[in-house]
Parts: sequence; C-alpha cells; structure tokens
Amino acid sequence: MDRRRFLKTTTAALTAAGVGAAPWRRALAQAGPIKIGLLAPLTGVVASGGKEMVEGVQFYLDQVKNEMGGRKVELVIEDDASNPDTALQKARRLVEQGNCHMLIGNLLANTGLAVANYVKGTATPYFIPIIAADDLTQRQRIKNVIRVAGYSASAFTHPLGDWALKQGYKKIATVSQDYTFGHEQCGGLAQVFTEGGGEVVQQFWHPLNTADFSPYLGQLADLKVDAIFTMETGADATRFIQQYSAFGLKAKTPLLAAMNGTDQSVIRTLGEECEGIISPAHFAEGSDNPVTQKFVRDYEAKYGKIPSLYGFSMYSGMMWIDAALKKMGGKVEDREAFIDTVLKTELDGSPLGKSVKLDAYGNPIYDVYIRKVVKRADGKFWNVPTTSYPSVSQFWKYDPESYMKQPPYSRTFQGIKKA
Amino acid sequence: MMTARAKSTSARFAGMTGGAALIAAIVVAAAAALPSVLSNYQVGLATEVLIFGILAMSIDILGGFAGRTSLGHGAIFGVSTYVVVYATAQAGLPPAAAFALGVLAATLIAAIFALLAVRTSGVYFLLLTLALGMIVWGICLRWTQVTGGENGIRGDVRPALLVTHSAFYWAVLAGAAMVAYAMWRFVRSPFGLTLRGIRDSESRMRSLGYNVPLHLFIGFTVSGFFAGVAGALYAMFNNFVSPSTVALAQSVEGVLMMIAGGVGTLFGAFVGAAAIIALENVVSAYTERWQTVLGITFILIMIFAPEGIIGKLRAIPTRKVR
Amino acid sequence: MSTFQLLNGLTFAALLFVVASGFTLIFGLLRIVNLAHGALYLFGGYIGYFVATRTGSFVLGGVGAMAAVAAVGFVLDQGLLRFVRGNELRQVLLTLGVAFVLNDLALVIWGGDSFTVPIPQMLRGGLRVFGVFYPTYRLFVLVTGIVLFAALWLLLNNTRLGALIRAGVDDAEMVEASGVNIRRVFLVTFLLGSALAGLGGLMGGAFLSLYPSADAEILVFSLAVVIIGGRGSLVGVGVGSLLVGLLNTLGQVMFPELAYFVIFGPMAVLLAFRPLGLFGRAT
Repeated sequence: MDRRRFLKTTTAALTAAGVGAAPWRRALAQAGPIKIGLLAPLTGVVASGGKEMVEGVQFYLDQVKNEMGGRKVELVIEDDASNPDTALQKARRLVEQGNCHMLIGNLLANTGLAVANYVKGTATPYFIPIIAADDLTQRQRIKNVIRVAGYSASAFTHPLGDWALKQGYKKIATVSQDYTFGHEQCGGLAQVFTEGGGEVVQQFWHPLNTADFSPYLGQLADLKVDAIFTMETGADATRFIQQYSAFGLKAKTPLLAAMNGTDQSVIRTLGEECEGIISPAHFAEGSDNPVTQKFVRDYEAKYGKIPSLYGFSMYSGMMWIDAALKKMGGKVEDREAFIDTVLKTELDGSPLGKSVKLDAYGNPIYDVYIRKVVKRADGKFWNVPTTSYPSVSQFWKYDPESYMKQPPYSRTFQGIKKA
Repeated sequence: MMTARAKSTSARFAGMTGGAALIAAIVVAAAAALPSVLSNYQVGLATEVLIFGILAMSIDILGGFAGRTSLGHGAIFGVSTYVVVYATAQAGLPPAAAFALGVLAATLIAAIFALLAVRTSGVYFLLLTLALGMIVWGICLRWTQVTGGENGIRGDVRPALLVTHSAFYWAVLAGAAMVAYAMWRFVRSPFGLTLRGIRDSESRMRSLGYNVPLHLFIGFTVSGFFAGVAGALYAMFNNFVSPSTVALAQSVEGVLMMIAGGVGTLFGAFVGAAAIIALENVVSAYTERWQTVLGITFILIMIFAPEGIIGKLRAIPTRKVR
Repeated sequence: MSTFQLLNGLTFAALLFVVASGFTLIFGLLRIVNLAHGALYLFGGYIGYFVATRTGSFVLGGVGAMAAVAAVGFVLDQGLLRFVRGNELRQVLLTLGVAFVLNDLALVIWGGDSFTVPIPQMLRGGLRVFGVFYPTYRLFVLVTGIVLFAALWLLLNNTRLGALIRAGVDDAEMVEASGVNIRRVFLVTFLLGSALAGLGGLMGGAFLSLYPSADAEILVFSLAVVIIGGRGSLVGVGVGSLLVGLLNTLGQVMFPELAYFVIFGPMAVLLAFRPLGLFGRAT
C-alpha cells in the first residue's frame, strides 16, 4: 500500500516539475550554444577514416574559435562503430537525449541510410559530407538530409568513363566491394564507358573486409583488358593495392581506382605500390591551387599528416553550415528556414579554391579532377590533377528526370549498354 | 493452464502463490508508471531492456534449465526481425501478419538448429550454435536481393497506434509480461522439470527412459519461439534491420545479459538486460572505451559472480525454498 | 581449379595452420577454447610490425612477436584463467571478455589504420612456379607451414614434453597421478600456443595486413579448422587447415554468394554428426 502511494505522489511531483520547467527552458535556448551531433566510426573496420572526420571538424572549429553564426558551438561526438544498428542508436541518443540541433557525419553508406531513415521522422537537419549513397539526393530524397561538401557515388566515375574512352581503352574489368557505394561507382563508370563503345569484360564483387584478394587477382590476371577499375575503401584498399602489385599485375595493366582507394588515409601507409594509380575526385591534395595548398600545409602542420578526403570533406561541410548560419544570424532553431538557407548557400573559400553550390536536389556541383598518385619531394605520395572536367552534375550529361527513371545502380543494374 | 498438483495449503493464482502474484503485480505496475518519470529517450531504453530481457530469458530456458548455453540465439532473434521488416516494407503486409511470420520464421530456424545441436553439449554445443549463427549471418550479409546485404532493410514497421514512445513501451510491457509468464510456466511444468533433470544428469535421464534428444529439441524450439517474439518487437522498435542484428555480437550480448542477471533465474534476464544497457549508456557518455568495459565486466562476472546478480542475491542467507 | 588458385588456397591454409596449431594445443590439452586467440594473433602482428620496422629485421620481428604474445598468454593463464579452472563454460566466456579488452586496447595503442609488416628484401617479388608468376613471400609462408608441421610432429612424438602433452590430451588426471607436474606442462603448452598465434600475426600481417577486425576473422577460421580437424590432433589441424583454406578460396571464386556457408556448412554438419571432428579423440 505504502509503496503504491509513494509512487503516485513522486510521479505527480516529478511530472509537475517537468511541465513547469519547459517554457522557461525554451526561452533560454535562443541564446544558448548550437549543439551539433557528430556521428563517426571511431571503432570498427573504418575507424581510421572516422578519426579523420573528427579531426576535420575540430580543425574547422579551432579556426573559427568554436563560434558559428555568432553563437558558441557545442560538439557532441558519438561513435557509430562502423555499424548501422549502433549508428541508429547513437542518432537517437543525440536527438532525443542530447537535444542536438543538427546531426552531421557517418562514413559508411549503410550507417548513413539508417540515420537518414530515422531523421526522416524527426525532421532533424542531417548533413552528410561523406555518405555518398546516390539516392539520398535523387529518387529517395529526404528534404532534411543535405549533402554539404559531399558527393554522390556515381558523380565522379561518370567522367572517369569518359576519360577512359579518351585514353583509347576498349575493354575494362571492375573489382569492387559488394555494397551500394561500390555498385554505384562501378555503375557510373560502366554506363558512360559502354555507351561510348567500350566493353566491361567482367565484374567482381567481394564482401567488405576481404583479407585475401588472391582468388580475384588470379582471375583478373587471365583477362585481356586495357585497364582495371577498383572500388575499395579502408583496409580493403590497402590490401588490394599491395596484392595487385605483389602479384605482378601492376606492371601489366593500368589501375584506375575510386578516390577512396587513393585517399591519403590509404596511401599514407603504402610505398611504391600506389604510384601511378588514376582516380577521379573533386579534391586533389597535390593541386597547385593556392587555397588548397594553404589548407594542406596548415592541416599537415597541425596533425602531422596530409589531409584525406574525410578530413577535407568534414571541414568544408562545417564551413558550409557556418556560411548558412551567418546568413541567418544563428537562428538554428527555425529548421525550415535553416534547411532552405543551406540549400541556397554558395560556398566560397573552401579548400577547393573555387566556389561550390548545390543543385536543385541538394547535391553539390564540382569540377572533377582526374588525378594521378605521384611521389612528392619528401618521399610521400599524393594525388596530383592531370585533367579536369568542369561543373559536373550528379546526373552527368543526362537529363535528371529521365536519368531517375532508370533504376538505381545495383549489382544487377550497372547501366551497361549492350553492344 | 496446467498446474503441478501442489500439496501446499496456500491458494494459488494462475500457478503462483499469493505472495508471488502480488510482487508480480507491483513490478508490472511500477514498470507501467515509468514513462511518467522518464524522458522519451529513457523510455526507449526501457523498451530495449524489455525486448532484450525476453531474448535473454529465452536463452536461459536452454542455458539455465537444460544446461546448454547457445551462442546462436542472436541469429534466431535477428531472423525474426528480418522477416518482420521485409514483410512490412517489401511485401506490404499488416503489422500483425508480419509479426506472426517473424515469430514463425524464428521458430523454424530454431528447429533446424536444434536438429543439428541436440546431440552435443557443453563447449561443443556452444561452438555449434556459434557456427550456425554465423551461417545465418553470412546469408543475411550476402543474399542482397532479399536482405539488402550491408544496407539492411528500412521500413515503417511500427503500427500507427504505437508510434509514440510511451504507447509502444506499454505494448511491449504487456507483451513482455505475457511472454515472461508463459516461459515461467513452461520451465515449471513437468516438461521443464525433465529439462532440469537432463541438465543435472543426462545419463540418468536416459537410463530412466526419457527421450533426451526429443526433449532438447522441443526445448530449443520453444526457446527459439520466444527469441522470435523479441526479434519481432525489435523490428517494430527500430524500423530497421541490418546484418549486425543477426551477428555473433548479438548472441554474445544476450548470453551476457542472461549471466549478469543469473543463469537459471529466468527473471534475472531483465535485471541483466537493465544492468548492461544502463552500463552502456552511462559509460558511452564518458568514454569510447565501452568495449573494454564490457570485456572487463564479462571477466569479473566469470571470476567473481558467475551466478549473476539475482544468483548473488539469492545466496544471501535467507533460506528460501525454491 | 587452376594452379594459381590452388596455390592461393594452400598458402592461406599454411597461415591458418600456424595459428590453429596453437589453438588446438590449448584446446586439446587444457580443454580451453581460447576465444582470445585471434586477439593474440593481432597483438603479435602489431608488436612484430613495430619490432621489424624499428630493427629492420623480419626475424627479430618474429622473435619479438612470439615473446610478447607468450607473455600476454602467461598473464592470461596465470592471472585470469586460474580462477575458473575446471569450468569449461566460464573459461570460454572469460576468454571472450579478454578478447574484447585486447581488441579495444589494440585500437587505442595502434589506432585504426592498417599496417603491413614489411617483407624482407629477399622474399619480395615473385617466382615462376608451375607455370604461374607467384609472390615469393606467399611461397615462404607455405614452406613455413610445412616446416612447422614437421617441427611440431617431432616435438610431440620425439620429446618427453611431447609425450606428456599427448598423454595429457588423452587423460590429464592420469598424467598428474603418475607424479608429473601437470601444471607446468599446461603452462608451457599455453605459452607455446600463444606464441604460435603471435607468429601467425607477424606472418599474416605481411600479406593480409593488420587492422581492427583481423582478430575476429582469424579466430572464426581457427575455430572452423580445429572443429573440423578435431581436438588435440596435429594431423587434424593440418587436414583441417587444408580443407578450410582450399574451401575458402574455392568459395570466393566459384560461389561468392555463399562465402561463409562453404566453410561453416561442413563444419556445422560435422559437429552435428561427429562432434569430435575428423581426427579428434574423446575426452
């Protein structure tokens, strides 16, 4: 009896306290800090990329002395463990318990998709500089999920397909991690390449975390192709590049890679195996653009390493959000207005050295460099642009509406045009 | 409802003594009152405690009462989740039908596991269920057409009525209470007693004429049924499923919750689930080293308290006749 | 199966043998399923990597890896496992806890980047064998696996320690009853088993690289090898390694959809009908 009455009274008291406190708390919020929830894989298979994401964000916050849009910034970092279930759990924690005004981050596409599905219901602004799943800015567009400073997977491999044709390549093969990011990058290449008359002889798909590529390399060695395209991220990229060289294929067949394969986070620990690999990207740390050079120098001075895609993208993403916040006087609570402002903001002064804006679908339009891995004077390797394709849309040269009528790239649909 | 022919003179209410029924009612009432004192996020956590408590309880049926610890129940749990999300998102089935299908799938998988596992015990049972769980995980990871592979499947699984945190929590609470009661009745039934006999001395049971493999098979399948219920609830909680839901880590966490609460205590599973989930939330707020804390917890429990929290409490000298 | 793929399967099998032989020594004699064995592999790899890069010697890297991991094994056995002797389940779950801790510790110490152990100069490049161009280092791994098998065979059959181990695998109590300090034999075996994991880490680290989830991956393979081959049998580990190594390569080439099933399917079926494995002995 006593226990029940006790429970009833305490329950009532606490509820009253909660209800009473609410309006008072809201009034204070306007002037309070902007809470940004950063989700990154700090453990698990892409832990090294995740760490650099955090560095990129902190590098920016250090430069602006932790103030964005005129208010202090409170950064809450959560580990998504390279795992979608954990990402979902942490996103929930950041939004429901941490009361974050916005979320930013995630690396692996599957973690991003899980979080995107969640924020669809809560209308929290979610920025994805790294998540490249095509459909988030195409067929399955969610209004509050914005790809600031990011890219969609097939956006860079479309021009690579064109470049490959211009090199005179007639036959290629692809090796890729078997998930959406891999499917989309290969699909982009395959579609443009085959529409231009080329042939994709064979495609190999392997699970993430393949330690031993020898079975695939054995088959690749037997194919007669002009070039091989590989889509690998993280440790898979390191191993593939090493084994490609160890098995003598590097001497025989030129290697084209997705930018993740020649990213600093991978080639930093490699030697000559990575020299000469071609990859398409919006960012080239070896570019002689003065703004890029300054960014790379400052980053290297602070963290002792050349910035990777992860560091650069998060940095630019934060820059973009800040530009929007400045326009709004920091009123991040007005979500609709915030999202609209971001979509309309053009980013100036990013490490790319030229201004970038978002297309009608919330995806940035970049100049794409075809880069080559080159050894610089001090012996370290980095990516240097050889040619560039200006203002590349995520839809390449296709009309957006008809492009979106074709199915999204997957294992079964690679956009290959039958000869 | 089958009740054991009790010679005791106290009145029995649905198989429980008056005292036990009162405690059960108080616990459920207190649990139902929680949403009024907890934030939305915490209500979500409490819901997870209930769901994983059911999973841990199902593992306890085998681990505590038949003496066989399984490292494959995470896979059984996750299969139910996959089927429920798939049925809703891809096949457009209503929630109740999807739920039923999920539980059915889990029960089926458990039966298959059981067919292979009943002849083993101890460490070999552990390893076999681990291997079977890995096969399920491998299939979910690679059968991209159906399971979405690495990406998993997203869906709007939760019925519209239960969209709010509190509403869903109460629904899960009701489900958990029913399921816990059912499991409790199961282990106290003559069948459950046979399982305990098998745990204590398999050879003796065999010589007494009991069909040991058959009993284990049924016990495993029933335990899989309940794991499936937990999995289906999880599908509605998350609206999402991915290979990590069927991964070994899920099975390990379930076993840990069972052990933390107390092997063979059945209800200790909820205590264990609450302890682990609370620990995880508190620890992650201060450090990224949650995995280290989890590992150390495992080690300490194995060395100092293998009988779990409830087990330790029971050992406190109040001689209670079980 | 082409020569190339055959060699791929064999070299992987050789690495598995190095790691799994350590695992089965511990499982066979001490009856401990050491789920931290994979973490020992990873630690051995990382430590071996650092010794090898600092000293420039692959051999020193190997020595360093084995010694360091044996030390970790010592702490694990004497410091933790001693409290749960005799209870199989508690031992297994305790080692699982240790695996979690070691994995996280490795992340803290060495970060998430992948490292590749540098191959000694003379083992770089490739050779023409049986009509294919094959990396020399992988052939070295294959040879090492064979040499190790021979060495362990000699140890088990021609030395007193080996005789004690074999007797202990069959019946530890009898050995103790005949006046032998079985505890010391156990300890030596545990250290040897752990050292082999460490060696495996260094060797594997050169062609498969080292990264945060390498421990779980190699553990899963080792489990399959030991279960298929049978508890406490050297021939069993050899045969098991061959089967798993070849099946894995075959699976990747011919049935990429079923990659894990190709290994775990046979393992599950074997466990169900012949729990002792192909060459295992009853407890």
